[in-house]
Amino acid sequence: MSLSIPPLVSLRGLAKSFANGTTALSGLDLDVRDGEFLSLLGPSGCGKSTALRLIANLSQPDGGTIDWRDGKRPEIGFVFQDATLMPWASIFENVWLPLRLRGTSRADAGSRIREVLDLVGLKEFEKAFPRELSGGMKMRVSIARALVLRPALLLMDEPFAALDEITRLKLNRDLLRLRAELGTTTVFVTHSVYESVYLSSRIAVFTQRPGRIATEIEIAYDGPRDEDFRVSPFYVEKCRATSRALEQVMAE
Amino acid sequence: MSAERALPMLVCAAVLAAWETLVRWAEIPPYILPAPSLIATTLITDWGTLSGSLWVTLRITALALALAVGIGVALAILFAQWRWLERSFFPFAVVLQVTPIIAIAPLLLVYLEPGTAVLVCAFLVAYFPILANTALGLASADHNLRDLFDLYRATRWQQMRLLRLPAALPYFLGGLRIAGGLALIGAIAAEIAAGTAGRGAGLAYRIVEAGYRLNIPRMFAALFLISIAGIAIYLALEAVSRLALRRWHDSTRERGA
Repeated sequence: MSLSIPPLVSLRGLAKSFANGTTALSGLDLDVRDGEFLSLLGPSGCGKSTALRLIANLSQPDGGTIDWRDGKRPEIGFVFQDATLMPWASIFENVWLPLRLRGTSRADAGSRIREVLDLVGLKEFEKAFPRELSGGMKMRVSIARALVLRPALLLMDEPFAALDEITRLKLNRDLLRLRAELGTTTVFVTHSVYESVYLSSRIAVFTQRPGRIATEIEIAYDGPRDEDFRVSPFYVEKCRATSRALEQVMAE
Repeated sequence: MSAERALPMLVCAAVLAAWETLVRWAEIPPYILPAPSLIATTLITDWGTLSGSLWVTLRITALALALAVGIGVALAILFAQWRWLERSFFPFAVVLQVTPIIAIAPLLLVYLEPGTAVLVCAFLVAYFPILANTALGLASADHNLRDLFDLYRATRWQQMRLLRLPAALPYFLGGLRIAGGLALIGAIAAEIAAGTAGRGAGLAYRIVEAGYRLNIPRMFAALFLISIAGIAIYLALEAVSRLALRRWHDSTRERGA
C-alpha cells in the first residue's frame, strides 16, 4: 500500500452520544484504504456499529469529521446483522430495490440482478420469497442486494453473528471469494477474533465504551485464505496477538 | 369432512332439532317462539320482501365499507406523512369512534336524507379499525429497512409505496375484517333509528315492522338473514386476507411437521 494515495475515507475525532446519555464514540480516528478488508473488532457496546452508521450517513456525529477522498460519499452497500429483506417481495425484487430506488425498471435491472445472484450462488431462487430460504441464504441475498449498485465501499455490521457456526464458516469463505472477484473495499464489524483474522487485511481493535481505536493489527498474507490458512502458524499467531489486544482493552 | 368441521355442524343440527321438538311438544304459539321449520317456510314465502331488504342492507354495508377503506387508509397515510396532522386530527377521529352511533344517528337524520344518514352511520362505525390499524402498520416498518431506504436516499413517496404500505398490509387486513362486521352493525343500527319504510327499507326495518305486527316468524327470518350476511362478510374478508398474504406473511405459514 503506497502512502502517497490518500485513504478512501478518514475519520478524525469522531464523537457520538445518544439521547439516553451513553457516549458511544469519543475521539475515533480511522482511515479506510482502497481495496482493504478492515475489521472493526471490540467488546459489545463499544461503538463499532455506531462508527459504521456514521460512515454510511445513517446517523450524524456530534463532533469530528468524516472526509471522503473525492469530496463526496461514494456508492455504499450496507449489510445489517439481520438479512433485513422485505418479506412481501421476491428475492429478485429484494435485490432490485437499490436499483429501483434509482429509477431502474425491472426489465433493465434484470441482467444485473441475475449477475449478483449468481455471484452469491442463488441464481435459481429469484422467484422465491424470503421465508422460503434458510438464514444463510437470506444473508446471501442481503449481500447480493448490497453489491447490486457496484458500491465503492461495502459496510457489514456483524452480518454472520446470528448464524450457526457451519453456515458462518461457509459464508466467510464465500465472502473471501467475492472479495477476490470484486475487490470491493470492505469494513466489517465483528466481535469474533477468528473471523476477523481469517477475513481481514487489517483489524482495528476498539476500546470499551466510549469507543476509539486502541490498536491496529495488519494481517499481511499473500497466499490463498483456504483451510490451510486457518491452521497455519501465521494465522494462529495473529489470532493470539488479536486476542491479547482485546484482553488488554477489556482490562482497562 | 374432518371432525373439526363436522362437530359444530352436528351441534347446530342438534340444537335445531331440540328447538323444533320443544316448540311442537309444548305447543308454543308461533307469535312467542316459531319453530325452525316455520322460520324456513317464512323465509321462502316472504322471500320477495326479505330479499329486497337484504339487498338494501348489503348495498349500504358494502358502500360504507368501501368508504371506510378509502377514507381510513387515506387518513392513515396523511397522518403518517405529517405528524402534526395526526396530532391535530386524531382526537377527532377518536371522538367520532367512541360516541355510540345510536346516539349520533338522530342528529344525522336531521341533517341528511335517511339513505345518506344510514350510510354515514355505517361508515362512522367501520372506519376506525381501518384507520387505527393502518396507522399502526405504517409506523411498524422494520427500522433496518428504513435505514436501507435512507441509505439509498429514497424519497418519502418511495418509502411509503415500497416499504410502509406493504408493511402495513397485514395490519390493514386485520382492521378490514373487524370493519366488515362493524359496517353491517352500523347499517342495521342506523336503519332502526331511521325507520325508513317502503322500497328503500333494509332488513332492520323489516324486523321493527314485523315486531309491530307481531309477525315473529318473519322477525326470526330477517335475523337469520342478517347473521348469514355477517358470516358471509367475515368469511369473504378472511379469504381476501389469506389470498393477499399467502406468499409471505407468517399468519399464512403452514404449521406442524
